[in-house]
Amino acid sequence: MKTATRLVHFDPAPKDPFRPMATPIYQTATFEQEHADSFGEYDYSRSGNPTRRVLEDHMAELEGGSRSFAFSSGMTAIATVTRLLKAGDEIVADWDLYGGASRLFDRVVRRAGVTVRLVDGTDIEAVREAMRPATRMLYVESPTNPLLRVLDLQALASVAQDRGVMFCVDSSAMSPYLQNPLALGADIVIHSGTKLLCGHSDVMAGIVVVKDEALAKEVYFLQNAEGTALGPMDCFLLLRGLKTLKLRIDAQQTNAQRIAEHLQQNYPHFEVAYPGLPDHPAHAVQSRQATGAGVLLTFRAGSPEAAKQIAEGLDLFKIAVSFGSVNSSISIPYAMSHASVPTEQRAQRGIPEDLLRISCGIEDADDLIADLTTQLERLRS
Amino acid sequence: MCRLTAARREKHLPDRPDFDPSTLVIHSNRSYEKQSNSILFPIHQTATYIHESVGVTKGYGYSRGANPTVNALEQAIAAIEGTENALCFRSGMSAITTLCLSMLKAGDHVVLSDVIYGGTSRLFHQVLGNFGIEYTFANTASVEDTEKAIKPNTRLLFLETPANPTLKLSDVRALSDMAHSHKDILVAVDNTFLTPLLQNCLNLGADVSMLSTTKYIDGHNATIGGSLATHNTALVERMRLVRKTIGSIQPPFDAWLALQGVKTLPARLAMHCSNAMAVATWLEQHPMVHKVNYPGLDSFPQKALAEKQQTGFGGMLSFELEANTVDSLHFIDALRLCTCAESLGSVETLVTNPATASHCDLPLEQREQLGIPDRLIRLSVGLESPKDLIKDFEQAFAATFNGNAAGSGE
Repeated sequence: MKTATRLVHFDPAPKDPFRPMATPIYQTATFEQEHADSFGEYDYSRSGNPTRRVLEDHMAELEGGSRSFAFSSGMTAIATVTRLLKAGDEIVADWDLYGGASRLFDRVVRRAGVTVRLVDGTDIEAVREAMRPATRMLYVESPTNPLLRVLDLQALASVAQDRGVMFCVDSSAMSPYLQNPLALGADIVIHSGTKLLCGHSDVMAGIVVVKDEALAKEVYFLQNAEGTALGPMDCFLLLRGLKTLKLRIDAQQTNAQRIAEHLQQNYPHFEVAYPGLPDHPAHAVQSRQATGAGVLLTFRAGSPEAAKQIAEGLDLFKIAVSFGSVNSSISIPYAMSHASVPTEQRAQRGIPEDLLRISCGIEDADDLIADLTTQLERLRS
Repeated sequence: MCRLTAARREKHLPDRPDFDPSTLVIHSNRSYEKQSNSILFPIHQTATYIHESVGVTKGYGYSRGANPTVNALEQAIAAIEGTENALCFRSGMSAITTLCLSMLKAGDHVVLSDVIYGGTSRLFHQVLGNFGIEYTFANTASVEDTEKAIKPNTRLLFLETPANPTLKLSDVRALSDMAHSHKDILVAVDNTFLTPLLQNCLNLGADVSMLSTTKYIDGHNATIGGSLATHNTALVERMRLVRKTIGSIQPPFDAWLALQGVKTLPARLAMHCSNAMAVATWLEQHPMVHKVNYPGLDSFPQKALAEKQQTGFGGMLSFELEANTVDSLHFIDALRLCTCAESLGSVETLVTNPATASHCDLPLEQREQLGIPDRLIRLSVGLESPKDLIKDFEQAFAATFNGNAAGSGE
């Protein structure tokens, strides 16, 4: 079955006696036991909940994993994955990471005695050389946030496999519709469910999908032990959002492609970056490992002041962090999503202060382009 | 270790156990959910249901007709109403509308309590009246006056007791007996102020008990909803059909919230009643208070009737100050803990001025005749400590009347 079919074709309510078309929201803390000394399938919603289970099974199926786990945010999902390690272990990570992940690695994970070594994930040899005996995990995003670099996931997977380290990919910018890291050799896929999976900016959620059953048991243990699972109402909303994942992304990508092309043709000095543009340095890798270029694009305004003016002057692009929603949004990563990156790292990473990131929504492309053009022409004159 | 067998559990907890109301509101749908053993009933936020085979469902086809979560609330309400049949609606007003559309046709006549929620009188004046439904407002505190209002085409006697906002009572038993001595008249009671736990209208002889579940049933101002309960199975099927046809069923999430709220109803009501009695008693002795309407006070003219048909005096009262309307409104504004807001029956104490709020659609002349002067203040006593509520009144008296309000007797 193709994705569009799989997105809506699943059992919404296993074992429910009423056969509802939508998944029931089991907003319950606990479950009655049949016997005093034994539990049924569910006993306590931190440990398991029927609504969450439908979401988790559905996500596992969509990503081609054995099991998936839903968490209360994308950061919870990442934090849980880092908890698979122990003091003395090392993570090798690509240096271009979401600001929240950078903060977690630098300020939290390190304190737990886990070292994080940042490398250029597009340089496969550099990644190989960065691996030490203590390295237990290779952690990357692709495309990266915010610079939209594309990492060769298959090549990285084979490095990780050679060294016997877990390969973990944050695929939030792609979703299972566009990219399946497990099929490319990853061991763990992470999603911020808040982004494309939800698509309506009404849920905070994180998803972890794994292939290996033993690894699944460890993630489950942590989810239960730390009490980080997603609540039933949010699971329901995420299940609802997922049904239109393909429709939304198709529309959002079409808009992104048109906007990227428009900006490139009319404002060549803006250095538009979108993996869907044929001259994007990673166009070939992206086309090989994903079925689309995504909904994010960036361009450079020339100065931080100009970036601020452009962002504030737009009507249809709301200034907001997060991405992947049906509404278009614009952000200045240096000051917003990546403000949490430690200062010295931010300088090293070279996130330009004038960089603008657009998350394309499902509005009419003509309206979006008109809004951008009006504002850019106003600033030019 | 001792194991209870499944069979023993079934025997131990039958589908319709013979429990007290305070147990029933918690365990009315105990037999459900053997699939997951979820302690709480799930929220069936679904529009439609999968057919087993064409046309064969598990009793649910489309959520406009019925929904398992709404049904769970209906079971809880049916349990405290002491009947098999209760239906839940989008609002109290949609419950009344559904009742009327189910049993009336053009040319039929309805007798209503003259002191009644403003929304109910508006429904008749401005909506049902346009469809050929005739109606008369009668003093239902008197069986004689009520009987005089009955015509050959009267089909429904719709009572509200205690009435909003004066707390005037109607004798449900006597009025039901009188109405049933006529041909084809059903008696419905808006029992929102007391709920079946403090006044069981079906046991008192009424045919239909109506509740705005927004009030005490939910109890937390979280939802809008209404219910109808009856022993009359033909009527309930007719109401089910009309509800499905006009789409007046309660949404599942609202039903679920009310289902959680109703579990604490017995505990809340006990406290609402004792708090209201404390506040009413304190207000009555205050020199700036002209009159307090609360069925629990010895001064209440129908206290004997309240004791006969109610098992508690409820959480609602109204009072008039020894002051003009302007000062009375200032007094409401000066209250800090008591919140000025429409609705009633919630954990928060709510205060309103009926003349400008719930009964604003009634002309002044009619209001005064019914004992609803412009200066009347209605109070839904919440679950705050009565001490704090009384302190709030003290400071509001002081703020409004510049210290003329001495004489507090706490």
